[in-house]
Formats: sequence, structure tokens, C-alpha cells
Amino acid sequence: MAAAASTAPGTGATTPPARPPAPTVASPRRRASGVLVTAVLVVVAVAFAVPLLWLLLAALDPGATLQLSLPDDPGLENFAAVLTVGTTVRPLLNSLVLCLSASVLTVLAATLAAYPLSRYQLRYGRPFLYTILFATGLPLTAVMVPVYSLFARADLVDTRYGTVLFLAATSLPIAIWLTKSFMDGVPVQLEEAAWTDGASAMQSLRSVVAPLMLPGMLVVGIFTFITAWGNFFVPFVLLLSEDKLPAAVTIYQFFGQYGAAAYGQLAAYSLLYTLPVVVLYAVVSRWLGGSFTLGGGVKG
Amino acid sequence: MAPAVVLLAVFFAGPVVWSVLLSFTDASLTGSAAAQTSFVGLDNFARLLQDPAVWNAVVLTVVFVLGSAVVGQNGLGLALALMLRGRGTAVRSLVTLPVMAAYVVPEIVAAFVWYAFLNPEGTLNTALTSVGLPGQSWLFTLPVLAVVLANIWRGTAFSMLIYLAALSQVPSDVDEQAQIDGASGWKRLRFVTIPMIRRAIGTNLVLITLQTLQVFTLIFVMTAGGPGDASETLPLLMYEQAFQYAALGYGTAIALVLLAIGAVFSLGYIRAIGKEDI
Repeated sequence: MAAAASTAPGTGATTPPARPPAPTVASPRRRASGVLVTAVLVVVAVAFAVPLLWLLLAALDPGATLQLSLPDDPGLENFAAVLTVGTTVRPLLNSLVLCLSASVLTVLAATLAAYPLSRYQLRYGRPFLYTILFATGLPLTAVMVPVYSLFARADLVDTRYGTVLFLAATSLPIAIWLTKSFMDGVPVQLEEAAWTDGASAMQSLRSVVAPLMLPGMLVVGIFTFITAWGNFFVPFVLLLSEDKLPAAVTIYQFFGQYGAAAYGQLAAYSLLYTLPVVVLYAVVSRWLGGSFTLGGGVKG
Repeated sequence: MAPAVVLLAVFFAGPVVWSVLLSFTDASLTGSAAAQTSFVGLDNFARLLQDPAVWNAVVLTVVFVLGSAVVGQNGLGLALALMLRGRGTAVRSLVTLPVMAAYVVPEIVAAFVWYAFLNPEGTLNTALTSVGLPGQSWLFTLPVLAVVLANIWRGTAFSMLIYLAALSQVPSDVDEQAQIDGASGWKRLRFVTIPMIRRAIGTNLVLITLQTLQVFTLIFVMTAGGPGDASETLPLLMYEQAFQYAALGYGTAIALVLLAIGAVFSLGYIRAIGKEDI
């Protein structure tokens, strides 16, 4: 994910349209290999689709089994069964609270940090950016044990704000990196005008830069939200009481309790839990011109 | 800048430094060591080196990273990107839609989906027996292959996107020139295209290695590291030691090994992309 790093908004975000097939001599061998390649592609597409198809069909099948099959008697019974306050509604709301708080916090902190990094020649700017880049690569799974022990000492285990602060901190490196590259794309002349008119750095950030890079900030926020939404390990370790657990953890408990019998309900729950992420991905990718390419920063 | 620095210092750098300290102690979740943690020097690391479970986990982690990331995601991603060059929009969407969908789905849902797919009564066995091949209990007999396949499925989109972007920036005239000179398809791929996206390949390899090193949820849900310790990679061993056996100090020492491997790759990553971008 860190490769998204240097995508400048509006510039590198769109991939050029696919090149049309080279209009060379249409030799039969070439056409045959073209058919072969398409056939291979179709096989790969089917292989990727089949496991997911089970999820969609099983959710609609009250008598779902573990194998892919068309429902005999399709219906929404599975959704009705899991749509109770304790099973899905409260966990999904918990997820929303956790992820939204973490995203807002991340975007605010990242914007404040990115501004001086983008605008001033800081003595410690480069080392700081290198450290940030280094931190995006560290395996977060590895810090969960020491984090738990730290949280236990600070009485932060099983607190929502502790979990939010940790989620925000861990998404900050990539967020600062992204926000800085978005900010680099905002021309500095506008601020210079504001400075001439006597605005402070903070004022010009708030009333000149922030409005201009609102789309960028939203992208960073959505990105943080999606990552936090799918995170299972962090809340699994840091939160304990039933009424605070987000959907990522309760769906695991559901799997443990009913996963071996109520396949249809597990599938329905999975879809409910997946839906927000899919919607957000769709929004962002439409926004960025159809290619929310995480690899935008890579130069070939 | 201050809020970000404070957050990072307390919740990011703090745990990393703390993990170094903790790994030199006998800290524990329960028992006498929980109340009275003492400094044990290099004991945890000495134990680490002699612990067959650690070596087993290191080997499994290497197999998992090589199989699912370096060979699987990277190879399949590159192959897909190459094959998609010059295909029509219909074929492109037909392929990218399911591949991207697998990537967008949360990790735990991906684990459920593959748990179902590889179950003895799952889709794969039904398909195999319908063509006369024997089915089996994949998660038990071939747990490593099962999690490797699931992780390839989940992560290929990332590599594919990176290579699609990289290939779109390769100028076509060099390739055409090679074609005029009579180079075959394989030769053009080997000597023209691949060298031109060398940097993208390097960056991609480092990134997916870093992501794959820390995979926990997928394996935890599918096999829980089992049967026995047959699929217990370093993150799962760390979790087991720290939270199930309550040995926080030892668990942290294992985490530190993981962190160190990650740090090495992360440095490689900075070398690969950092220089031009800062």
C-alpha cells in the first residue's frame, strides 16, 4: 500500500487507455496465441470468482452448504437471522465509531504534519520523511505483543479511545506520506498571496490549502477507514468486553460458534460487513478516474 | 506537526522501543513473573535459538512468503498484466473485476471464503470428484498449500495493478523495433519488457514481502497454525507464546525477530523508492 506514496492528484492518477492491438500482419499463429491468452485469462477470472460466488449464493440460500450451488429456495432469511442488535448492528456501529474516529484523527494529524514538510525547508524534514517511509514498512503484527503490555500498564486495554489512538498512530505514516504528496500538488502562490495579506501559516493552511486539498484528505481518510475496518488483530488484542467489539472480531466469534453449521448466516454476516468497504472503494476509484492504483508511485 | 509526532512517538515508536526492553525480561501475563518482572538478559534469545518451534516457524514463514508473495502474487500479477496488454475492455473488466474483488474483501472474510472452498464438503472437492479426481481435507493434509493459495488469491490484485501501471509507461517503440529485428515474443519479454520494468518489480517484491511477513488473520482463521504446528508462521507463534502461554517476554523476543526481518526489507524499500521521491 505504501507505493501509493507519490501519486499527485489529477496528474498521474489516470492510466492511459489500453493500447489497441498492434495492427501488424495478422498471421494465423498470432491470432491463435491471442485466443489462447484470452482462454487463460478467462480461466483465471473464473478461479478468482468461484470462491466469492459461494459467499453471494450462500447468503441468499437458507439451506446453504459449503459448496457452491444455486439456492433451491432463495430468500433473505439469513440476513433476517443475523440482523439483530447483538449479532450485527451493535458490532457494526462499534466498527463505525472506531474507524471514523481513527480516520478523522489521522487526517487531522497528517495534514498538520504534512504542511511544514511540504512548504518549508526543514532541517529535520528529510530524516523525518525517511523515518516515516521506514515505519510504513514495519510489520505491525509484530508490535501487538509489546503494545498489549504497554496498554496493560497504562490501563488502556479494553478502552475505545486507546484503540482509536493506536489505530490512528499506525495509519499515520502512510497518511502523512500521502497527504504530503497531495499537498505538494497545491500551488504555493495562493498561500503567498494570503501571507502578503497578513495570514499566519495556520490561517493559510485552514482557509487556503485545506479547501483545495479536501479531495485528497478525503481519500486519505477513506483509505484509513478501509484499513481499520478490515483490521482484526488490533481490536482482537486490545478490546475485551462484548459491547465494545467491532464487527471484525464479533464475526470471528460468530464463525467459532455457528460457523460449522449456519453457513448461510455466516455468509450473510460477511456480506453485511464487507459492503461498506466495497462502497468506499467504488467511490474512491470512480473519483480518481477509474484507477485507484495503489502502485501509482512506481516508476517503471 | 506536534500532534502527529506525539501520536507516533507514543503509539508507534513507544511499542517498538518497549518491545526491545521487554524482550530482555521474563514478563508474563500470569503467575509470579507477572507481578515481579525481572531482567533476564539474553535468556529469551538463547531460548529462541534452541527452540525447534521457532525454527519451524521461520522455515514456514519463508515458505509462505516465497510461495504466496514472491512466486504466487508477483508471478501471477505480472503474468496477468502482460496478458492484459492489448486485450479489449471486455476481457480487461472480466479479469480485473474478480481479481480486485478478492483484494477489496476484508482479510477475515477472505479466510471464511477459503475455509469454505477448501473444506472436505467444499466447492473444490465437489469439482474434483465430479471429474473423477480424489478430494481431500485440504486444511488438514496440505495446510501450508491452503494458506498459500488463499493469500495468492487475496493479494494478486496489488501486484497486477503495479505491473499494469508500470507497463503502461513502457514506450512501445523499443518493443516494436525489437519485433522488426525479428525477436520472438519470449525474447522481447525477457530482454526488452522485463528490464524496462525492473524497478517496479523490485519495489513490488519488497512491498508484498513486507505485507506477507505479517499475515496473521488469514492463517489464524483458516488453520490456526495447525494441525499441530504445521502452518504456524512467526506471527502465529508470537501470538501463541504471548497470549495463550502468557509468556509476554518470550513472545516479544519472537516479535522482535519478525520486526528485524521487516526492518531489513523496509530499508530495502526506502532504497528502492525513497531516493527520487523525497
